[in-house]
Amino acid sequence: MSNTFFLNGIETPFTPGQMILDAARNGGVEIPTLCYLKGATPTGACRICLVEVKGARSLMASCSTPVTTGMDVLTDSELVHKARKMNVELLLASGRHNCLVCESNGDCRLQDLAYFYKITNLRFPQKENIYPTEDENPFIVRDFSRCILCGRCVQACNEVVVNRAITQGYRGAESKIVTGGDNPYNESECVFCGQCVEVCPTGALTEKKAKGLGRPWEVQKIRTTCPYCGVGCQQWLHVKDGKIIKVTAVENAEPNQGRLCVKGRFGYDFIYSEDRLKTPLIREADGKFREASWDEALDLVANKFKEIIKSDGPDALGGVSCARSINEDSYQMQKLFRAVIGTNNIDHCART
Amino acid sequence: MTNSFADFKKAKMIMVIGSNMTEAHPVAATFVKDAALAGAELIVIDPRRTDLVDFARMHVQIKVGSDVALINGVMNVLINEDLYDKNYVSTCTVGFEEVKKKAMEYPPERAAEICGVSADTIRDLARRLASVKPAMLMYTLGITEHICGVNNVMSCANLQMLLGNVGFECGGVNPLRGQNNVQGACDMGALPNVFPGYQRVDNETAREKFKAAWKVKSLPEKPGLMMPTMMEGLTTGKIKAFYVFGENLANTEPDIHHVEHCLQSAEFLVCQDIFQTETTRFAHVILPSSAWSENDGTFTSSERRVNRVRTASVAPGEAKPNWWIFKEIAKRMGHDWKSDSAREIWDNEITVLAPSMAGIKYTRIENDGIQWPAPTEDHPGTCTLHKDGCFTCGQGVFKAIDWIPPAEVPDKEYPMVLSTGRRLYHYHTRTQTGRSQGINDLLPEETADISAADALEKGIVDGEKISVKSRRGEVLVKARVTRQVPKGLVWMAFHFREACANWLTNPVYDPVTQTAEYKACAVRIDKVN
Repeated sequence: MSNTFFLNGIETPFTPGQMILDAARNGGVEIPTLCYLKGATPTGACRICLVEVKGARSLMASCSTPVTTGMDVLTDSELVHKARKMNVELLLASGRHNCLVCESNGDCRLQDLAYFYKITNLRFPQKENIYPTEDENPFIVRDFSRCILCGRCVQACNEVVVNRAITQGYRGAESKIVTGGDNPYNESECVFCGQCVEVCPTGALTEKKAKGLGRPWEVQKIRTTCPYCGVGCQQWLHVKDGKIIKVTAVENAEPNQGRLCVKGRFGYDFIYSEDRLKTPLIREADGKFREASWDEALDLVANKFKEIIKSDGPDALGGVSCARSINEDSYQMQKLFRAVIGTNNIDHCART
Repeated sequence: MTNSFADFKKAKMIMVIGSNMTEAHPVAATFVKDAALAGAELIVIDPRRTDLVDFARMHVQIKVGSDVALINGVMNVLINEDLYDKNYVSTCTVGFEEVKKKAMEYPPERAAEICGVSADTIRDLARRLASVKPAMLMYTLGITEHICGVNNVMSCANLQMLLGNVGFECGGVNPLRGQNNVQGACDMGALPNVFPGYQRVDNETAREKFKAAWKVKSLPEKPGLMMPTMMEGLTTGKIKAFYVFGENLANTEPDIHHVEHCLQSAEFLVCQDIFQTETTRFAHVILPSSAWSENDGTFTSSERRVNRVRTASVAPGEAKPNWWIFKEIAKRMGHDWKSDSAREIWDNEITVLAPSMAGIKYTRIENDGIQWPAPTEDHPGTCTLHKDGCFTCGQGVFKAIDWIPPAEVPDKEYPMVLSTGRRLYHYHTRTQTGRSQGINDLLPEETADISAADALEKGIVDGEKISVKSRRGEVLVKARVTRQVPKGLVWMAFHFREACANWLTNPVYDPVTQTAEYKACAVRIDKVN
């Protein structure tokens, strides 16, 4: 028998073991999700990806139901949409989902789904919030009142970046995403890679440093490469009014595939430090530095170089380039030493 | 790296030697952990019990600086038990007989004694490595920062060639580069012996090519000095002018007292940086440059991938792009350079002059970068070097290597080994991370990591200020008692000026690369009161 199934009546191929969700996406049919996280074991927690499978007793979570040959799947039926809509309504009642005062307004999967299903009334009474917000650490705000317990953060922490810092804790109505011992992040195994924030579909996990600095629709996203280690992670710089307010990872990009570390995600604002050098400085005879114009500083450097070349030869000059700066800068510096000064005394910290 | 980061997750056998990846290359480490969870066999070889060991089937906890002995011992077992890849060795490599002879001098019992592990551990390691093909080897500065750094690297290559693992996806010899563009700085010829694209300065054809391109009558043919020799030259007057671009040598180089003496001796020191640092204190002129997000340009990562860097914010005050500063100095010395943007420099000069990068134009790296070699504009880039064992240089060359101990080993006066490295939250001398809000909260000061056994013996409690002293200096630093460190070892980083490990480290170097032995020197620890 060939590996095909019926997707909204159309015969569609699948690979054995594939879940309905993935097979449907391959077949061009998008199924909405909340808890689904690519690359991690499906949890089937949110029940948003429900589909109708002919012959099945109830609706099935497409993220965690494998396709079988000849299976007849409906993703767009009235029953499906009714169930999905009700689940969104239940999730909206599960916490404090008041978008106007939420940092994730405009960047929230739950909000998108509520809008898609044209939900204008909150049909169910809102569940009382039992856990206070935890933000003792410098980077991540954990607002449990906005957590829908989808478990994406847990999957990301345990199965993607494998830092194993958080898990599902407690039971039933008291369920909560916890660290070991339910301690604050900064007293736990957490290494602040921020992958949990990256995957959170609501405003439960947000970045403290970005708070209040810009709404999603106000920022421009500029792709760049991380300035820290040699892995070369691809980042989105979220820029508002010419200022970086947040950094996130580029999905499906080589080499990092949507991942960053603490330095890459949170170590961007050194560029705005008041300590930045803003003008050339020249040391006076008394040892103190004074501000100078570019012309004066560059003339001084060039003249002093020429003087030393004349008196001691080009090999009396040496330079080290910067392993943090762009290729084009290193190229220019070695060109200056070789072609202009006339020495190969050019190096950098390649060895350390 | 001969291979790519994309291989990490798919690998079936991974050997990590001298790499504290979860802290120094955290994202790369996530892929290794993914592989381990998916069933790959992970072997960690390190004097410390690094976090990656939690995921390893085997942790070979060797003594600091015993890598060559270990690898020779492993090769001894592979050859004696007939576990090596004979076909690969005979068709793809040369020099096997010499390396075999050398390996025979290192029976597991001898290697075990040098390494401080059991002979059976070495046998087990060899058999495991031979059991899965290909195996991927990754290393970092634990291999290179020794007086025998080059020999350590060649030992890694010997092992991987003997196992027939070089030239295949999920195999190879893979050094993880510590800095974002240390690969690129090498590729660009910021090295004393090569032009961009590793074309040797003592090769006349290469010089002719660069002379024509740069419109100069002559180019120096004698390879230049490496950084440690330049710095030494400052004290003897051999080097009069020293131009330091974006490096904080006063904290990063071994033996700070000596380094500062060198910098102090410079007749003319130019520093080009984004901040005042401990190094700029000695400068005669400081030039302010634009930083990471204030430039368009490219970085080249460990996997030889040329990635785009883009402008997102404006440089403060009068800070200028570095390429512009060099161009302006050249102009004042009578050379008018045409290229007037990073893109023009890359597209019109670098890719024209460096054949391995010729196909990597800016238009092609708008999204994902391309891995060199990519010699033409329709070349997709190269994920795996030496494909199928066909080495770029013809055949893979084995090298017989003898183990030598570190230059300074413990004695009665300084009975412990100090080894150094990086910690997760900070980067180098904290010029960047120290000024990024929040990071200091997570790691506010340096510690000296010691074992519980040594702490108990000395009556030191966790968090207590202790003295760590070497022949070069002394620091007062908080003790951190941790199971990561074995008895007899002290481990420190160089992120904080106060208690920087480089007050203590030994300025001795690998004779070929002049890489300093940051990983091993002798110290003593004492209670302060």
